[in-house]
Amino acid sequence: MIGHLTRTLLSGITVAAMLGVAAVSTQAATLHMAWSQDATGLDPHKQTAFSSLRLLELIYEPLVRVDASLRIIPAIATSWEFSKDGKELTFKLDPKAKFQDGTAVTSADVKASFERILDEKTGAAARANFLSIASIDTPDPAAVVFHLSQPDVPILTAMSDVNAAIVPASEIKAGSVGTKAVGSGPFKLDKWDPNAKEVLSANKDWAGGATGVDGIEISVLPDEAAILAAMRTKQIDFALLNDPLVATLVPKEAGLQLNRVPVLAYNVLQLNPSRKPMTELKVRQAISCAIDRQEVLDTAALGEGKVTGPLTIPALATDPSQLFCYKRDLDKAKKLMAEAGLADGFSATVIGATGEPPTAAAEAQVIQSQLAEIGVKLDIKMMELNVYVDAWLKGDFDMAIALNGGRADPYTMYNRYWTKTGNLQKVANYIDDTLDSLMQKGRAETDPAKRKAIFAEFEKHLAEVSPWIWLYTSYSYTAQQKTVAGFVPTPTGTLFSLSKVTIQQ
Amino acid sequence: MNYLMRRLATFPLVLLGVSILVFVAIRMVPGDSITAMLGTEAGLLTPAQRDSLAAYFGIDQPWFVQYWRWIGGILHGNFGISVTYGRPVLDVILERFPLTLELALLSMIIALAVGMPAGIYAATHSEKPSDLGVRVVAMVGQSTPSFVLGLLIIYTLSAGFGVLPAMGEFAPLWQDPLRNLSQLILPAITLGFAFAASVTRIARSAMLDVLSDDYVRTARSKGASARSVIWRHALPNALIPVVTLSGIEFGYLLGGAVIVEQIYALPGLGRMVLDAILQRDYALVQGSVLFIAFNFMIVNLLVDLAYVGLDPRIRLGEQ
Repeated sequence: MIGHLTRTLLSGITVAAMLGVAAVSTQAATLHMAWSQDATGLDPHKQTAFSSLRLLELIYEPLVRVDASLRIIPAIATSWEFSKDGKELTFKLDPKAKFQDGTAVTSADVKASFERILDEKTGAAARANFLSIASIDTPDPAAVVFHLSQPDVPILTAMSDVNAAIVPASEIKAGSVGTKAVGSGPFKLDKWDPNAKEVLSANKDWAGGATGVDGIEISVLPDEAAILAAMRTKQIDFALLNDPLVATLVPKEAGLQLNRVPVLAYNVLQLNPSRKPMTELKVRQAISCAIDRQEVLDTAALGEGKVTGPLTIPALATDPSQLFCYKRDLDKAKKLMAEAGLADGFSATVIGATGEPPTAAAEAQVIQSQLAEIGVKLDIKMMELNVYVDAWLKGDFDMAIALNGGRADPYTMYNRYWTKTGNLQKVANYIDDTLDSLMQKGRAETDPAKRKAIFAEFEKHLAEVSPWIWLYTSYSYTAQQKTVAGFVPTPTGTLFSLSKVTIQQ
Repeated sequence: MNYLMRRLATFPLVLLGVSILVFVAIRMVPGDSITAMLGTEAGLLTPAQRDSLAAYFGIDQPWFVQYWRWIGGILHGNFGISVTYGRPVLDVILERFPLTLELALLSMIIALAVGMPAGIYAATHSEKPSDLGVRVVAMVGQSTPSFVLGLLIIYTLSAGFGVLPAMGEFAPLWQDPLRNLSQLILPAITLGFAFAASVTRIARSAMLDVLSDDYVRTARSKGASARSVIWRHALPNALIPVVTLSGIEFGYLLGGAVIVEQIYALPGLGRMVLDAILQRDYALVQGSVLFIAFNFMIVNLLVDLAYVGLDPRIRLGEQ
């Protein structure tokens, strides 16, 4: 068999060589990039798919951005200020900021963009983060004042998301946002062939200065092993990788470099506290104590990541060893089960999405074997992503393996689940007064040190009441030729720093 | 002629059946275009936001209204608009189809060019070591999954030799024939390998059957040369099962070779349909399934017509 395969391969090579197949050399001017999943649309206010956001961040700009340490830095706005009572937020816009059609970015565009986001008819993904906006004033073309109905500190971080991008008021009026991409970012979209490729060219008018490359060509190569192969032959300069199995092969290739950084998104085992016996605190805590998070990480994700508590934002996260039962304690777990009257265990179903994350099935299996030790019999049900999302949104599961997105601010990240009015309360199915009041306090507190203390308490309490079992954050991976310089990986996964990368010959 | 007309007359009925099946099937799968676009964030939408998105995706009407609109459009040559591409469904399909057709043709050529001679050789050397050799190779060929072979080829070329056909941007045949062939030859070999193995096995067994028939024995006893017995007398009859198999395989390939297209990043029909299903692009899924079904029926019809050419005893449509 091997002999035959070798012959077939060799004949393939011969034919390929005869047909003039050759390595394509890297060009200095254009960055050739690849990813396995393409963007799903161009409307910055509606898109939530990872690839869409990464693409749109290169074309559109929000008022502010976050840097690699998640500090707020200028984008379209050069400065900003909260009023003393925290109910007024004023931005000064960059006079150099221009849309790619040549018109200046003015306060009218900012107002129109936020009105579009707040309009229910738009179906904007981030609308829930901006509900405290009562009105927007535009005293002059370079100044915008947001009047808030209540103090809302996290709104500034929410504004750094490309889901809050500023689009031209004229495009909103024409109804062409989503069909035409006119932003003020470093690159212009010249061509988009869905699920095949994107061609971007440098925006010479970009207020942020000259870009390091003349353009970016993004190819959709659905198989990540093929992406790696294309990088070996130097067809691709830069790639996004999801699969840890492929990513760990990158450092073995001379000429290639792997960038990895822990992300804000977290892998979690969601329990459904509205279903028996997870209604019982002791049962949930027993599950928390019975799970060895490091083992889940080591086995399912090859150790590529780090164990985390509920907060994944580096500046705010508590050391996980300080949290409830983060060191596996089987005796305690069994004792808690017995106290809950379930010494013999129980049966439950855990759902997971195929391929999202790629480690979902493996995580479910490790957890299944760990929980078996306290008598919990888990039945694993893997589903296609959309089917899973449907069940997840209805809260129709006993337990769910999930990869939930993170945000740069804990309130924006968790108010949907852990406040009494959270839109995803029916997914979380658990709330108590402590969680709710700590979230409200954190929202209004402007002093960073006090905020940190509030959210530390929030995190400790959440881990203790264990509605979910937080497992680990994985790494986001990018692979690049060593000739590519200047890329800065960040916990949000943004590729914005591609605007300043250069390719050395 | 009569037969042809009658067969063509069944086309609309079959297509109607297919249209209902695909329309119902894609809607029975949980999730819709909104959850496909927003994922879990769809949970943050208010009812008004959801309604407005449903209207945008055209899924706000009851299913029979949606179906009626779709079928009515098709009768006027309008297959609907793909929400992913923002373009007419038929345009998107026709843009992808040439690649799929070319890939299917290339793999069939490879399969027949390799499989036929190998099958005939094995049949004429029946039970000799060389026959055994061909059968073993054919068995291996049939049981090697295309993703294993595809990835092996890619890995060997890139890691061992540092070469690989340019991936990502596909060059149509009429624009850059050389680049086009360089991009398609490896996928065609990957697909053609298993296809050739099936052709070899079928050709061998059909040839063995025919070679033991009376008329072949008669031809031999009349002193026909071995070459003439095989090529003139036996081969035409042995071809019938090969044509049947090739027709079915070719029909499948016209529906797109999803796995091979994924591995080699080819923008063919198979990948397009898969992406459309994952993104719940209903119009595109429905349109392309109809298109694929239509192709399949045409190929089947051509196969039936080919029988007549191969065996004059076959009269189509007669009792």
